[in-house]
Amino acid sequence: MATRPADIRPTRGWRLYDPRLAWLLLAPATLLIVCFLILPILVMAVYTFFTFITAGVEQSTPTLANWHEFLTDPYYHGFLFKTLRVGVVTSLICGVVGYFPAYFIWSTEFKHKWLLLLLLIVPFWISFTIRTFSWIHILGEEGLINVALLRLGLIDQPLQMLYTEGAVIMGMVHFLLPYMILNVYVSLENIDRTLISAARSMGCTNAQAFREVTLPLSLPGLAAGLLLCFVLAAGSYVTPQILGSGRDALFGNLIYDTIMGQLNWPMGATLSIVLFLVLGSVAALYTRYMGMSQIVKGLGG
Amino acid sequence: MKKLSSTTRLERLHDRYLNGGLDRRNFLGLTAAAAAASGLYLPWAGPALAAVKEVRFDGWGGVVQEAIDKYAFQPFTAKTGIGVVQGTFGDENEIITKAKTSSPGDFQVVHSSGVEYYAKYVAAGMNSEINEANIPNMANVLAAMIEPFRKMTPKLSAVPYDYGTTGIAYNTTVISADEAKAQGAALLFDKKYAGKIGGYDSMVTRVWYAALATGQDPNNIKDMDAVWAKVREQRDLVKKFWSSGAELMDLLSKGEIVVTDAWSGRVAALQQQGSPIGYLDPPGSYAWMEDMLILKGSPMAECEELINFMLDPATSIAVAEGQNYPPSLDPTKVQLTDKIKALPAFDPTGQMKSLTFADPAYWSSHEDEWGKQWDRISKGA
Repeated sequence: MATRPADIRPTRGWRLYDPRLAWLLLAPATLLIVCFLILPILVMAVYTFFTFITAGVEQSTPTLANWHEFLTDPYYHGFLFKTLRVGVVTSLICGVVGYFPAYFIWSTEFKHKWLLLLLLIVPFWISFTIRTFSWIHILGEEGLINVALLRLGLIDQPLQMLYTEGAVIMGMVHFLLPYMILNVYVSLENIDRTLISAARSMGCTNAQAFREVTLPLSLPGLAAGLLLCFVLAAGSYVTPQILGSGRDALFGNLIYDTIMGQLNWPMGATLSIVLFLVLGSVAALYTRYMGMSQIVKGLGG
Repeated sequence: MKKLSSTTRLERLHDRYLNGGLDRRNFLGLTAAAAAASGLYLPWAGPALAAVKEVRFDGWGGVVQEAIDKYAFQPFTAKTGIGVVQGTFGDENEIITKAKTSSPGDFQVVHSSGVEYYAKYVAAGMNSEINEANIPNMANVLAAMIEPFRKMTPKLSAVPYDYGTTGIAYNTTVISADEAKAQGAALLFDKKYAGKIGGYDSMVTRVWYAALATGQDPNNIKDMDAVWAKVREQRDLVKKFWSSGAELMDLLSKGEIVVTDAWSGRVAALQQQGSPIGYLDPPGSYAWMEDMLILKGSPMAECEELINFMLDPATSIAVAEGQNYPPSLDPTKVQLTDKIKALPAFDPTGQMKSLTFADPAYWSSHEDEWGKQWDRISKGA
């Protein structure tokens, strides 16, 4: 009779790597995800078929009216495309602007590198809303930029920077940049530096070594950062509310107005499910081609 | 049968175990069960059975809520030992949404925007029934303010607390008082101030002033197309539709805008801070009242005690002076201060006939349709 290895011998009916143990360990997280993510989404999905009666009042009589309104009203389609466009522009700017600090932190010889990484996290110590409001004092007519330009005599009239789409994108780049930098940095950290030395020893210039070795190997981190920034930007509603005019609203603002202003939950639920499906599809496409592990690495630091 | 306490039960178990009446497994099992039952019982049942120690209040935040907290809540807590847990909102629909998603009693007293919103709470079945005998200070409240509420629900769920107007605020360094008076509501649509005009991000205010600017009665609009055209015209002149009192004050004081419709009390606060801001109530200016609303499921006795305390003339006058809105107290019954008499919108007769309030039935019947239309127009549609 063959003997079992000592480490998988049953102890009181349990084995190491016992599937029951795995389920037991996963149970709390699974329970949380089911109760606080899947169930609420399902409830929202059910709400999309409810009938709106008047502000704050709806009936469970099933109807397709909400979906019909979304599918046939170009007002919603326009805002959906605009939201995707603003999300793409924001994430691209984050990618371009965020790569260089990440590269610098990775390549610096500075012995207290942790201090530079800490600087990335410092903004999170201040409330997101306050950080967004601070742009009013920078971009406003009485703000830092306009006052400086006026005093220098470079302009006669204050520039209209606040309450524009540019201000909204600026606010979102400000908020999302640390996510991009951390993702790219983690990706760069995983690169075997001997590969760069090898490229240099084989005649590559610094620029060629970057183009042929560093950049391609850091692309997964860059892509993960782009996805994260895109999803967060496209789902944003506070930044457009504070820094934009009504015309600069994003799809999240339509959801907010429908649920909180018009108190029309069935339509608000429909719009929420639409945004969830669209952003979920983008994330699913990314997972299909790039894998989720890179984002997890980036978020974990 | 005498009820056993947990301690007695555990002692008896221990005796039985020592005397051999219980084996070790049963003893430990029963001990664990008793301990678990005590543990589960004590943290949850205790607070529920104890007297209410806190009341939840939700209001408009800013200088208004600071005044209420300082002059009403803090003295109330000192006197009764009942704390007031506070929340804020920028748009009252927020609190209706939150109350809908919570258990009855999670949200209790709301500083609500008068009869139009009262209709929404009633429609959603969130109204309670106040025992007016517990609020003797209601005797001093203006009958003209209580009447519209009682028309909707003979058993009140709210008590009027203050009132004000949404008039026109203007920067006096740019616009003279004479110009403001001559133009009236048209000042909010003057192309000369394009890009320097503000407005409250609210359907009622937008439609109200568009109706005035097109020469119509806001409580009986005949040509809605003309009103929407005017709303669109103003949208293109406006720099920012503000959504909270704090934002209004920030925009005006920083010179981002030079004219806007504005809440009278917030403008008075700016004036007291020395900002060069004038205020005008044009003919037909939008008047509104606010009430202290008790939501269904609230601890009624404590909430009524709080409202009665807030309506005490000394408290109510202090709050009114702090928040710059006249109180709901009848000036023919209660001696009000000169500061209150000088506040914008103050009606010395107590009849409220000089103020134009929104007709709740008329506005409620158009709320859904017009609210949706305004949301679209505000976003460029």
